[in-house]
Amino acid sequence: MSFLTYLKDGISLGSVYAIIALGYTMVYGIAKMLNFAHGDVIMVGAYVVLMLLTKAGVPGILAVLIAMAVCTVLGITIEKVAYRPLRKASSPLAVLITAIGVSYLLQNIALLLFGADGKTFVDVIKLPSLSFGDGALIISGTTIVTILACIIIMVCLTLFVNKTRQGHAMQAVSEDKDAAQLMGVNVNGTISLTFAIGSALAAIAGVLLCSAYPIVTPYTGAMPGIKAFVAAVFGGIGSIPGAMIGGILLGVIEILSKAYISSQVADAIVFGVLIVVLLVKPTGLFGRNIQEKV
Amino acid sequence: MAMLEVNDLHVYYGVIHALRGISFKVDRGEVIALIGANGAGKTTTLQTITGLLPAKQGSVIFEGKDITKIPAHKIVKMGIAHVPEGRRVFSQLSVYDNLKLGAFTRNDKTEIEESLNMVYQRFPRLMERKDQRAGTLSGGEQQMLAMGRALMSKPRLIVMDEPSMGLSPIFVNEIFDIIKVVSESGTTVLLVEQNANKALSIADRAYVMETGEITMEGAAEDLLHDEAVQKAYLGE
Repeated sequence: MSFLTYLKDGISLGSVYAIIALGYTMVYGIAKMLNFAHGDVIMVGAYVVLMLLTKAGVPGILAVLIAMAVCTVLGITIEKVAYRPLRKASSPLAVLITAIGVSYLLQNIALLLFGADGKTFVDVIKLPSLSFGDGALIISGTTIVTILACIIIMVCLTLFVNKTRQGHAMQAVSEDKDAAQLMGVNVNGTISLTFAIGSALAAIAGVLLCSAYPIVTPYTGAMPGIKAFVAAVFGGIGSIPGAMIGGILLGVIEILSKAYISSQVADAIVFGVLIVVLLVKPTGLFGRNIQEKV
Repeated sequence: MAMLEVNDLHVYYGVIHALRGISFKVDRGEVIALIGANGAGKTTTLQTITGLLPAKQGSVIFEGKDITKIPAHKIVKMGIAHVPEGRRVFSQLSVYDNLKLGAFTRNDKTEIEESLNMVYQRFPRLMERKDQRAGTLSGGEQQMLAMGRALMSKPRLIVMDEPSMGLSPIFVNEIFDIIKVVSESGTTVLLVEQNANKALSIADRAYVMETGEITMEGAAEDLLHDEAVQKAYLGE
């Protein structure tokens, strides 16, 4: 395979990481917590789509929309039941440990419902491939949709956060919850909205991931979740363009490592890059070094 | 009927009894100063009025309605704006976006535009710097932004927490001039200040707080010339 093919695969996988990382980074930016169950919401989205398509015969697009709705409700519920009561806990570790617990809970519920065996994902994206240079580079319909989805989501989120009233409210909550309340911003509502957006994006990521790597297991979301978290930190946690660039870079590094170095150590290289970036620039590529006047 | 009535308010921070049953009132159109040493409970009082802190006992009545248990984000819409201690502007957002957030609870675009023009007129510096990030403003400018932002909600009562803290004397004078203008335009003012001299010079009445209790009250003019107050708070 040629370098261009690997690069394309890397960008495609990276786009999925980027979409997941957006959820991580937004939740971190607003609620100041790492939602380690975020990866498992992807798995839930993938199973919902799979069940709707195979058991209920629902058309693809509708199945994706339903999965987004299910994950949105799931995300809001997790925040309300598991995280909100701990928001004022004296140690931020309380909510972190709870998030890990929620992650295992989701994985084990899936294990109970669907068993440990991988289920073959069905084709949701039915688009023809594009061929360049007499078949030297073939870009599948899934890849095209994945990259386009990533770009569209990133543009929409950036516009939403920077141009809308609700987006400004989010930034206000992110910076200073009490001051935001004094403006009349409902902090709980804004945090719920953030979880809703992140979880809906996770559902999309689930469909895209399983379209490219078509096996669903209860642990499908775990590793991509961790890598997307790495991508978010890599790009500068809290930053939307950071999550996007971090995700794509991570995907490209992973695929190129697998292709040219070794598929066994690819993950070690990915995490090694993170360590190097954090040593050189602790706030990540796009992290803000805020200097405020007093 | 008083515009704001605080009755026997008790507030705790964990086990610390921060407010020990304070009562006071603010009439429409007045400028009321709340003075006292650090840790007397002045900020706690304001934060309880605007819902940031819960009251253990007692009540806060605003325009006849009991607002004691109403959450902070709903208080603004009822007509009370809070300029918090330390300004607390949104440093990552532009001056303009900060001001727009001040009008978060309002919907009428033309009315918001009117308020914006009024704020720019009152604080020409904010107009000059409207596209700048709020975090890049000087302390005095941030204080103006915090006040402008509060005025954007078109409040009938504005509570201000230490507006002169950390500012150069020129800015302090400017800020107090603006408080006077705000008051003259019909907004009632409840002012917490360490700078008791300045506060008493523009206030109608004042309350003196000490370790969670109100120990003295009276016309600002009388307190300004009261020997005990002078000794404790005016440094004379």
